[in-house]
Amino acid sequence: MTSQQIKILMVVVALGALAVIVPNTNSFVILLSTRALAFAILVMSLDILLGYTGLASLGQAAYLGVGAYATAILATTYQFGLGMDFWLVILFGMLVGAALAAVFGLLAIRATGVYFLMITLALGQCVWGLAYRWNSLTGGDNGINLRVKPKFAGLDLGHDVTFFYVVFFLFALSLLAMYVLVQSPFGRSLAGIRERELRMQILGYNTWLHKYIAFIIAGGFGGLSGVLWAHTAGIVSPENVVLTTSVDALLMAVLGGAGTLVGGVIGSFIVFGLREYLSTLVPWWQYVLGAVYVLTILYLPFGLMGIPERIRQWRASSGKQADPKTLASVPS
Amino acid sequence: MTGTSRLRVNPALLGCVALAMAPMSSAGAQEELRIGFVAPTTGIFAQVGKDMVDGFQMYLDEVKSDFGGAKVKFIVEDEQGKPDTAVTKAKKLVLQDKVHMLVGGLLASSGYALAPVSTAEKVTYVVSIPAADDLTQRDLPKYPYLVRTSWSSSQPSHPFGQWACDQGYKKIVTIGADYAFGYEVVGGFQRAFEACGGQVVQKIWPPLGSKDFGPYLPTIKRDADAIFSLMVGPMSLQFPKQLRASGNRKPVIGGGTSYDEFVLPAMGDEVIGHVSALQYSAALDTPKNAAFVKAYRSKYGKVPSYYSESNYTTAQMINQVIRNNKGKFPGNEEFVKQLAALKLDTIRGPVSIDEMRNPVQNIYIKKVERKKMFGYDKDELWNTVIKTYPNVNQFGQFKKAEFLATPVYGRDYPPCKFCN
Repeated sequence: MTSQQIKILMVVVALGALAVIVPNTNSFVILLSTRALAFAILVMSLDILLGYTGLASLGQAAYLGVGAYATAILATTYQFGLGMDFWLVILFGMLVGAALAAVFGLLAIRATGVYFLMITLALGQCVWGLAYRWNSLTGGDNGINLRVKPKFAGLDLGHDVTFFYVVFFLFALSLLAMYVLVQSPFGRSLAGIRERELRMQILGYNTWLHKYIAFIIAGGFGGLSGVLWAHTAGIVSPENVVLTTSVDALLMAVLGGAGTLVGGVIGSFIVFGLREYLSTLVPWWQYVLGAVYVLTILYLPFGLMGIPERIRQWRASSGKQADPKTLASVPS
Repeated sequence: MTGTSRLRVNPALLGCVALAMAPMSSAGAQEELRIGFVAPTTGIFAQVGKDMVDGFQMYLDEVKSDFGGAKVKFIVEDEQGKPDTAVTKAKKLVLQDKVHMLVGGLLASSGYALAPVSTAEKVTYVVSIPAADDLTQRDLPKYPYLVRTSWSSSQPSHPFGQWACDQGYKKIVTIGADYAFGYEVVGGFQRAFEACGGQVVQKIWPPLGSKDFGPYLPTIKRDADAIFSLMVGPMSLQFPKQLRASGNRKPVIGGGTSYDEFVLPAMGDEVIGHVSALQYSAALDTPKNAAFVKAYRSKYGKVPSYYSESNYTTAQMINQVIRNNKGKFPGNEEFVKQLAALKLDTIRGPVSIDEMRNPVQNIYIKKVERKKMFGYDKDELWNTVIKTYPNVNQFGQFKKAEFLATPVYGRDYPPCKFCN
């Protein structure tokens, strides 16, 4: 087995373990895991930009926001998406997210580095402003309540384990899709752009188009994350679209390890675990969260997914020192 | 050797077992009432959240956490000022801690987020702060296990509009924070003021959290008799200062949060003479309130705000119902029904609950004065009560059916007929 295959096997085993263990814990843990998985889709979508294309976006919450608002408005105003048509809403949420990204991308993609950060931040805040001020559509500050969850074909998403599995299924599908994407020739050329855009241009790649398409795909997955998020929380409010939500996503991606996809999932679970579970146990959870961030930045610049690499390096360096001794002790 | 060590271990083990048994056996004899309290204890609203928790805790300390024989287990969860965190934490309280009731929430958005949880999880929700009108008005049928013990946003505004007419004000400019709570406080005032012949000639909506009112102050119409402000948090501090600095000398009146005890200690002489309306003032001159203010201040080092009082009173009301049931939680429907039937003499005055489960209570018109109160030897700012409107319900001087037929107060409702 190649190391790549071993890695895939490890992820599959970890996901399988998650799918088996979580439903056997208590309802609160199931709820938190569902939320973490739904949010992890957003973090992974951001990772396509951050880790694979080298574009740090500060406006990713906007796509979660439009997906979530679309779901809430369809469900409350038109009673749409509460049965089998839930799957249509998922499709629609992805389309809305992608469409918004297509518009924003036209403005944002021309910039790089800090300027890209600033433009995505500004665009994200535009969505927040709409959510906050467009009272007749979004309910303003109070947001929109989703009182019922979809029910279809004998599945009641109001039941927490069922809902967990539905979210898990969509999450796994997204992970697979994004993995295929980043491994494809298209994904490799994104990595090429990340490493050296000029060289890619000289080789004849239309780098703008590559980045634009990556941006749209990330927006689409952001929209999907929003649809699921709306149903996990049961409420959609401007709080979902604020800057801190985008920053959270960015921090989770960096914490887990950018450019790894699964790193974002780990980051998402760690942050949700600390912020929403540890906070029910101790009042000083914020210090723990802060310490995790600081220590990761200081010692693990490649995030938690960088740990095996760190261990390998450490082993290799200590192994070298040990080498002469072992050689000497081996009788020849 | 081994024998002695075993002997040593055994009593310790026994002690452990006894310790473990003790609470179990007492729990068997005594009912436990689990109250899940949702308040922001971190984030920008942390200080308000502290007032809420302190108020409730103070009552628990006074009765030694004993509600008619039931031992109260008070579980505080941090909603971080975010509605979806409020939902998560409420679910934790319901699913993991199996609480009998949820209490609290701060912002209107938290209230709107928690109410459906109460319906879905079939758990009582005692709304001890969120003032969103519709929780006990147009949306009430959706929330069968909800009862409010605080106030509805527009409740103090209705008598206040009448009061403004009585002062002879004809034209008023409103300036209020641009969000749902602001719309409701300003809207209630406008409806009442225009019902008695006044005119709101201009409505200004600075964004929530504005710190610079420079762009808005020069636009205030010159022919207005007074300014009605609705500020929250740091906005409350900035607005009067900048208004004074701009040279505007018109009388200023405002919603309760523009001058509540939470912001008052940080204010200066620029607010003296400003008038506001709310269901509570720390300067309420009754023996009950004097005792409360003194006890609260010696315990927590600050004057209680309505956040403290409301939660103290909520605890008192819950106690009353549980005591009437001899320490047993009577079930959601019955609890809500009995709580709604209470008539209590509380710190803020007599409180009963109307048929739409919102309190009927005194509304106090308060003027900011610098003076000594309750024997404290320093001159401080206090909200002196200058007029009391007794037993005001959420519809005030309006008929319930007509009131409910109109939309909830918003940015554009009531329309500004006299704005031009």
